[in-house]
Amino acid sequence: MAGIHDLTIAVPRGALFEGTVDMLARLGLDTEELRSNERKLLFEDIGVITMRPSDVPTYVEAGAADLGITGKDVLLEQAAHGPGEEGRDVYELLDLGFGRCTMVLASRAGPDPALEALRRLGVMRVATKYPRVAAGHFERTGRQAEIVEVKGSVELAPLTGVVEAIVDLTATGDTLREHNLIVREEIAVCTARLVANPVAHKLKAGPIDRLLAQLRRLSAAGVA
Amino acid sequence: MIPRVFMIHPIPSGTRDVLPEETREVRAITDTLRGVFERHQYGEVYTPALEYESVLSRADMAEARPAYRVFDEAGAVLALRSDMTVPIARVVASRYAGSEPPLRFCYFAHCYRGVRPQRGQSRELLQAGIELIGSPAPEGTVEALTVLCHALDAVGLRDYRIGLGDASLFPALMGSLQVREEVRRDMLEALVRRDFVGLEHKLADSGLSDEAAALLLEVPQRRGGPEVLSDAPPPAVEPVTGMRRVHERLDPAVAERVIFDLGLVRNIGYYTGAVFEVYDPALGSPIGGGGRYDELLARFGRSLPAVGFALGIDRLHIALAGEERGTGALLARSSARSEEPGAVGDGSVPASAHAEGRPTAAGTKGNRAEGA
Repeated sequence: MAGIHDLTIAVPRGALFEGTVDMLARLGLDTEELRSNERKLLFEDIGVITMRPSDVPTYVEAGAADLGITGKDVLLEQAAHGPGEEGRDVYELLDLGFGRCTMVLASRAGPDPALEALRRLGVMRVATKYPRVAAGHFERTGRQAEIVEVKGSVELAPLTGVVEAIVDLTATGDTLREHNLIVREEIAVCTARLVANPVAHKLKAGPIDRLLAQLRRLSAAGVA
Repeated sequence: MIPRVFMIHPIPSGTRDVLPEETREVRAITDTLRGVFERHQYGEVYTPALEYESVLSRADMAEARPAYRVFDEAGAVLALRSDMTVPIARVVASRYAGSEPPLRFCYFAHCYRGVRPQRGQSRELLQAGIELIGSPAPEGTVEALTVLCHALDAVGLRDYRIGLGDASLFPALMGSLQVREEVRRDMLEALVRRDFVGLEHKLADSGLSDEAAALLLEVPQRRGGPEVLSDAPPPAVEPVTGMRRVHERLDPAVAERVIFDLGLVRNIGYYTGAVFEVYDPALGSPIGGGGRYDELLARFGRSLPAVGFALGIDRLHIALAGEERGTGALLARSSARSEEPGAVGDGSVPASAHAEGRPTAAGTKGNRAEGA
């Protein structure tokens, strides 16, 4: 296998794919097939496996990959949210800087329907794909919220009156604006992160540190 | 075809039934371990799975605190033990109050934790381990590491490594660099969560000088051979010297298994000095670990330095099976073994270890309890 320093890397398909592949290319990996073959999952000759971003911590934790790239939103959602609760057991090694978006609370423009619900009914309904991040946010800020977990377009929920607000990721704000939603609160800024399996981090310390040093150099040079 | 099932009675998530084939394999492992522990004069103890919560909570368990509680008929709160170290500390204080240290105990016991069930991680987990009470660093630590390696060699685990760190290192570093008290806990928590990005962000917001922040981020990422012990920053010199003292006293066969790790912290709060974890390329998570807990016994009324370790038997079993098949988590594609220094022997065959490890009638001296 001719991966970077013989490491296996979990690469997310979707919004972070381009940034990740560009980064791997700058590290000297031959990424041509990775870019051209969307259906292939295992690229053994370059030490890459591809998957949904939310599966990256799972594969890295299990040791199927030594390293992985995923969004901070995914890590937040899968982190421990209370005492006695366990998060994914992976090292978060580096903020890669790309794929920057913000986790926000948004509701329809005009008088905030979420505030009104909270004032009059004592609880607001919030749709999200990130139920644990959302629940944690409302708990920390001392408000009652009924979390409605959806899998598809979150913007639909407030427009149909199912909820008063949403918690979602936004990069440019275009989707929110298109649906007449405005940002009420910013919860967290999320970028791509490099994560590592805890055993690989010890047993493959040399190769992992070499890769980290390369990434830091690229980032200092302003290209990563 | 769907098999015809008559009736399924559920059991709690994270628990399971162990049937004869698995039991045989697990028994072979535990018998071998028991032989090694007894050969090193560790006497086996059983303690109740249920303890008074108020007694267990004398120890700082941090994230490994008991997760399951019940009431007894008098309304007292009982907790299912989450490890064996705390119950044994209780036993030492109450049953061996006047005994001459060192005291040596071993155990094979189920412990209960509210973890997310996954491969090698049950809510009811079988642990095998030792506690060495009354033997300070470095000698006690050396003995514990030696028993650990003998035990793993005896069951035939080939490619394991022991990560060795010191729980006091990072706090000492923060103290000497004048990190404000109120952010120390946050920074340590980030390290326990293995979140170096979070640590980096906290350091950036901490008002520390760039050099101090860089040091606090870089030192806990140092891990590898003895070279990581050289040029330690002044506040880390004491723990690093302690690690070196331990390493110098180890047999070569044990010493070459050690990876030094200046960032090793464990999610259990009572560790005070040396801490260690067992890694094997056949499993993506540590097989076990331990360390020094020099202040725990005092909380139970008998101030003695102590050290111990626990192995997760399920994880050890998975790692052994993975090595046997050559298809472990990090194994199949790994060139790590040739990467790392000191590729170690072929590991002894479990069968032979069995024979030599069997407890004999003369066996262990054990520790005689007072008034037992």
